[in-house]
Order: sequence, then C-alpha cells, then structure tokens
Amino acid sequence: MNNLINFLTAGILAAAPLLFGVLGETLTEKSGNLNLGVEGMMFMGGIAGILGPYYYEKAGGTNPYVALIIALVCALLCAGLGALIFSVLTITLRANQNVTGLALTMFGTGFGNYFGEAAGHADPSGFLSVSTAVKGVFNNPIFPDAMVNIPLIGKLLFSHNFMVYLAILLALALAYFLGRTRTGLNLRAVGESPATADAAGINVTKYKYLATCLGGAMTGLGGLYLVMNAGAGVGGAWVHNCINGYGWLAVALVIFAVWSPKRALWCSLIFGGLACMRYYYPISFIPASIYDIVPYIVTAVVLVAVSLKHNRSNQPPESLGLSYFREER
Amino acid sequence: MQPVNAVELRNVTKTFGSVVANNNVSLEIRKGEILSLLGENGSGKTTLMNMLAGIYFPDSGQILVDGEEVAIRSPKDSFDLKIGMIHQHFKLVDVFTAAENIVLGLKEKGKFDRKAISQQIRDISAKYGFDLDPDRKIYDMAVSEKQTVEIIKVLYRGADILILDEPTAVLTPQETEKLFSVLRNMKADGKSIVIITHKLNEVMAISDRVAVLRKGEYIATVETKDTNPQALTDMMVGRAVTLNIDRPLPEDPKDRLEVKGLTCLDDQGVKVLSNVSFTARGGEILGVAGIAGSGQRELCEAIAGLYPVSQGEILYHSRVDDEIDSLVGKSPMEIRDLGISLAFVPEDRLGMGLVGSMGMTGNMMLKSYDKGGHFFTDTKPPKTLAQEIKDKLEVVTPSINTPVRKLSGGNVQKVLVGREIASAPAVLMAAYPVRGLDINSSYTIYRLLNEQKAKGVAVIYVGEDLDVLLELCDRILVLCGGQVSGIADGRTVTKEEVGLMMTHIGEEGSHD
Repeated sequence: MNNLINFLTAGILAAAPLLFGVLGETLTEKSGNLNLGVEGMMFMGGIAGILGPYYYEKAGGTNPYVALIIALVCALLCAGLGALIFSVLTITLRANQNVTGLALTMFGTGFGNYFGEAAGHADPSGFLSVSTAVKGVFNNPIFPDAMVNIPLIGKLLFSHNFMVYLAILLALALAYFLGRTRTGLNLRAVGESPATADAAGINVTKYKYLATCLGGAMTGLGGLYLVMNAGAGVGGAWVHNCINGYGWLAVALVIFAVWSPKRALWCSLIFGGLACMRYYYPISFIPASIYDIVPYIVTAVVLVAVSLKHNRSNQPPESLGLSYFREER
Repeated sequence: MQPVNAVELRNVTKTFGSVVANNNVSLEIRKGEILSLLGENGSGKTTLMNMLAGIYFPDSGQILVDGEEVAIRSPKDSFDLKIGMIHQHFKLVDVFTAAENIVLGLKEKGKFDRKAISQQIRDISAKYGFDLDPDRKIYDMAVSEKQTVEIIKVLYRGADILILDEPTAVLTPQETEKLFSVLRNMKADGKSIVIITHKLNEVMAISDRVAVLRKGEYIATVETKDTNPQALTDMMVGRAVTLNIDRPLPEDPKDRLEVKGLTCLDDQGVKVLSNVSFTARGGEILGVAGIAGSGQRELCEAIAGLYPVSQGEILYHSRVDDEIDSLVGKSPMEIRDLGISLAFVPEDRLGMGLVGSMGMTGNMMLKSYDKGGHFFTDTKPPKTLAQEIKDKLEVVTPSINTPVRKLSGGNVQKVLVGREIASAPAVLMAAYPVRGLDINSSYTIYRLLNEQKAKGVAVIYVGEDLDVLLELCDRILVLCGGQVSGIADGRTVTKEEVGLMMTHIGEEGSHD
C-alpha cells in the first residue's frame, strides 16, 4: 500500500511538467496553431528560469521568494519569446507551422544547452545551480505537516510543491475559459474556422498571437519545473539535455486528451506514472530502458486509436496547422 | 430630413491585381425594400457586396450609410453599421451549436448566459417565422437550417440591411418559398434586403427593384414590376439571348446503363442509397433531382466505381457489341476505360476532378498520363486538348498553364466538363455542372450536353435547378433520402409534382 502511494505521489510530481506543456499546447492549438516547438520552448523556459535566480543570488540576493518570482517571470518571458518568434513566422509571414515548430525545437534545445553549459563553466563550482533555499521553495510541500501526515490521503493530496497545484488550477481555469466564456468561444472559433471568426468580427490575428504566446509561456513553466524539481529532474541545477523529450510527450498528450484541459489532468497523470514506474514496480527480467520507451509506445498507440475514432465532437480544431489569409480564394 | 437610402455606393472601384472586379459602380439600397442584384458570374456582384460586409475595401469611391460617408474596414465595422451578409458558403463553425454560432464574436458585458441567449434566439425565430432549435450542433443540420442560422445570426446582431448571396442555390422550391415569406416579413419590419441571384423567376417573385451588373460595370436599376425576364437577361448579358433550352426528341434510345437494386452504406453503416433501380439510355438525358444530400453524389460515385456498393447490380451495355458488363467490383480506371465519365462539380468547385494549382494542360493530363508506353509523359496531346477546350468553350484564362484555381468558377467548370466530354464517353454523368454559373455559361454547358445526347451518349444530369431539369431532361429520376421516389417524364411532369416527390416517398406514381 505504501509503495502504491509513493508511486502515485511520484507520478503526480512527474505529471506536473507534462501538464504545463499540455495546457500550453492545448491553448495554442485551440487557436489553430500547431506549435511543435514545445520541447524547444521548455528548454528556453527552463534555462531562463534557472539563470534568473542564479544571477540574482550571484548579485547578492538572498530572499528565496524573490528568486522564485524572478524564476517564474524569466521562464514565462523566455518561453513566450520562443512562441512569439513562432507566431511572427507563422501568423504574420504565414510560414509552414510544422517546419517552424521543428526549427523552434532545435533552436530552443541549442539555446538551453548553450547557456546552461556556458554559465556552468563560468561558475567556480563548474555547475549552474541555485542555493538550497531556492530549491526548497520549489520542492517543499506548501501545506502544513499536520495535513501531509494524514494517513493515506495526506501524502497523496497535500505533500506536493506549489507548482503541482498551480498546474491543476491552470487546467481548471483553462477548461472554464474555453468552455464557459465568450472569449473562449471566440478562440475556439478561430481554431475551427478562422474565416467564420473573421466574418463574425473577431480579430483572428490578435487571438492567434495571444493564444500562441500565452500557451508557449505556459509550456515554459513545464521546463522550469523540470529544471527545479527533484522529483522529475536533478532539482535546482542545469543538466545537459534535461528536458529529454518531455515536450514531445506533451504534444502527443494534447491529442490523447482530445484538446480538453480537464482530460489533460488524468492523461498527464498516466504518463507521469509510466515515466517513473520502474522505480516502484521493477520487474527483474525487464531491462530498465524498456520502461523508458513505454510512454512513447503508448503515445503511438493512442495516436492510432484517436485517428480511427470518428466522433465529430472529439476532433482536432478544424483549421489546425493552417495559416489564415483573409483575401485568399 | 430623413434619408430614404439605407446604403448608397458612389463610384466604387475595386481591382485585384490587373483584374477589375468593380469599375465605378454607383448603387443605392432603399429602406424597407428588397433589391435583387443580378449579373453573370464574374460580374462583380459578390465583390461589391463584400465591400459592404467589410471583407474587401474599395480602391476608390464612397460608401454612404444612412446618408453619412463611412469607411468599412472590417466585418466588425459592418456590424456596427447594422449591415449583415449571408455568404454563399456558410460561415459557421461545425462543432458549435446554433446559439454559439449566433453569439460568436459579440462583445457583450456580463455573464455568458446560454439560456438567455437561446431564449432570445427563439424570440427572433418566432417573430419572423423561422424554425430553429438553438441548441443543435451545426453538423447535425440540413443546408436550409444552416442558412436559417446564418440569417438569425445577422438579425441577432441587430442588422437592418441584410445581404444574401445566392440564398436559394441550395434550397428546394418549398424551402425557397418559406425563405421568401420570411424575407417579406423582414421587409414589412422595415429592413432592407439585397439578394444576389441568377434565377430570374426568383427576381421577379421577390424583389421590388433589380440592379444589374455586367463585367464589373453597373448597368441600371429597374422596378421589378416594369420589367420581364427577357429584358433583364438582355441587360445582364449585353445582347439578346434566347432563354429556351433545346430538347430534341431522343433518337433511337438504347439501354446503356442498368442499375438494379443498388444499395450503399456510408462509413457509419447508414444506408445512403437504398434499392435504387433505373435505366439510362443512350441518346437521352436522364435528370436526377433531389434535395441536396439525397444520395446524388453517392449514386454517381458508385457508378464510377468510387463508392463501395453493398448490394445490387450496375450493368453496362456496350455500344459496340451487345455485351453486358457488370461494373460492380471494377476499378474506377476500368470503368472509365469502358467509356463512363463523371464530371462532378462539388460545392467548392475545385474539390473533385481538378487540381487547383495545375494549369489546364496538367489537368488534362490527369486523365491521360498512363497513355503511351514511355517513361516520359507526352505533353503534346493534353496541350492540344487544353487549347481546344479553351477556344471552343471560351474559357477565359491568361494561358492554358495558369493554375485553374485562379480562374473564375464558371471557367473552372468549363474546363472540367470539357475534359470529361473530350474522352468521348458512352455514359456521361454531369453532377451540378452549372452550379453557380451564370446564364450564359450555363447555356454553353446545356448545349454541350445536348451535343453529347445527339451523339447517342447516355447523359445523366444531376441538377439543383428544377426549372432547368424540366426543360432539359427527357426523364427525371427523383431521389428522396437515398431512395427513388419516382421517374417522371420531363415533358409532362410539373415542378410542383417533382418538388413533392423530392420530399415524399411513394406518394407519386411513376410517370415512366
């Protein structure tokens, strides 16, 4: 029983960065933009999110909460910048979204690794890392010990760091936004049929830009989480190639969750669980690396299953991946 | 002083590159009137109205709304001026409900209250005599219901000036009548309505005044009561045109294509064709009538080998000998080689049969690339054919290598139909070949079909316009929900009878 709870807890920790990625990409794709650069934006968010507090501390700052704010802002801005590049190329210049997204992934990966290595080499310790206090605010439970120690559910529900709860709140907020507000309705219309939205007086370009940039910024939080959190990465230090395909998993998960933020909650939990299963349920005769490929195999199976199912309400936004130009015939 | 004109266009000009769509057009729309905007394809009707709807912006000229000069730079500006346009291709989001589509893009303060919105929509429906469930999804709706959603959408936004772009193209006569009564209700309510159309009988039935455009130029506006279809056609075309379609008696009709008990299922397992039986004869034109989506497309595709047949037989009687071939199970290529040709013009005109980014030559080659045994293709015959079609059918294109996507709808259709006829078929299926075409181009197509008929080809003509079906076809097969509700003699049956057969099964006896 204990092992199961530990496994689920670890699964939640591993799911949170995926959830950020899925939510960001869902918001982006609802506007009709297929941004395959999630991996790259996670790298950008991750490196900026650690460089911010690192330099803050180097400059003599000691307040871990200020460092936290700096980390969040840097991650959001830098990943959002990646999305902005994507937006300019695909929305304004109408470049092919797939190619641009792939380029963004390559760019972001190089960007993250380069600055990570460079700052690490420049540091006397040879590593790019933040102080224990800053690691603490990213990793410690936010609820009092009394709650964490409640039998069974305490650990499962209350032992997590703030970013886990932030991700869950974000998912609920996004679900409400897309389903229950006028702006959400307008955004979905832009993704389904930009010509219709345009004719209805919706500023298609503005919606696409905002959704793509905000969505990109959200995925950056996933990158920050991977860099800062011990449950998913090393925790508080830059490791070469630390995003390690999580961005791609997020892109696949968007499809798995059929573009629904609420479904993304449990879909990312499944994938988070798969990612850390080997530590809790090792099977002696199966090599550990088999566990590593399970999420990707599940992704492939899900992609096949989703495309076989013909349900009109569970389809991708109709104009996903297409550029919009009003006067085109 | 209260201005009488709801909208006034003064010397409006719009060009696309080197093409002049509207040249110096002046037009007025009065309050509380129904104005028909009449003109051939490419005469600039839709472009002109798109400038009121904010889709295009005029290069020069003035637009006055309620007597004041305005600049309409976006659809939003257009709503703000209480102008609403119902486009020919519906602008609706399929996965949304009617209500969601109707409120789309509105910037209203306060809670997004779906119940209140649905109620408001029901009120509007009741006021003008519509019939609509606001909570149904668009993809579950028939074409006429989608049109209703579009109209309510602009009314919900408080439009006082409604522009309808060929609203009746997709409706049955009964639905058209219903739409017209709604339009009359709106007119009585003080709204101005512009209706863009090709159909002269509808112009005469519904409008107060008619404005005519020709090749981007404004010709004149006349009171409907002072004019007649012949005069309007002459204004539209610029020369006298005979409005009668030839219908020579079939010479020596021989059974060519025999369909027996044809049943087809779609991918959901629903019957799209159920027990369809008929015979198409060489030397006659068999019309196929029916409400959009009654199985016309599936029928054509099943015969051409493009749609799986689950039951029934399709037999082809060869022209040369009296051999009978079964088409079921043959590949589209084998069927085509037997001499069965399909020209299908879908709603978007480019979807089937032509590649938009290729020129005429390339599109001709699609049917002949496998001719000859060389590794390299022979481009000469298709080039000659393209040139022939261009000259014979008066296709307006800068060159035979210009991508067909850039041609106007009518010219695209001439290319498609021309190519199918060129393959010297024994059975020619033409589905919606005049869809969206102006009178002049339509008549060219009818003439081509008649030429084929005279050559002994079995022509199957799937059409939307009942008047044309009744004038052109020797016999008319009426489909209703995938079943044959009757085969009527085109010379004796009335429009009302066919209209009834389109909506009811089995109540009309066969006239054959």
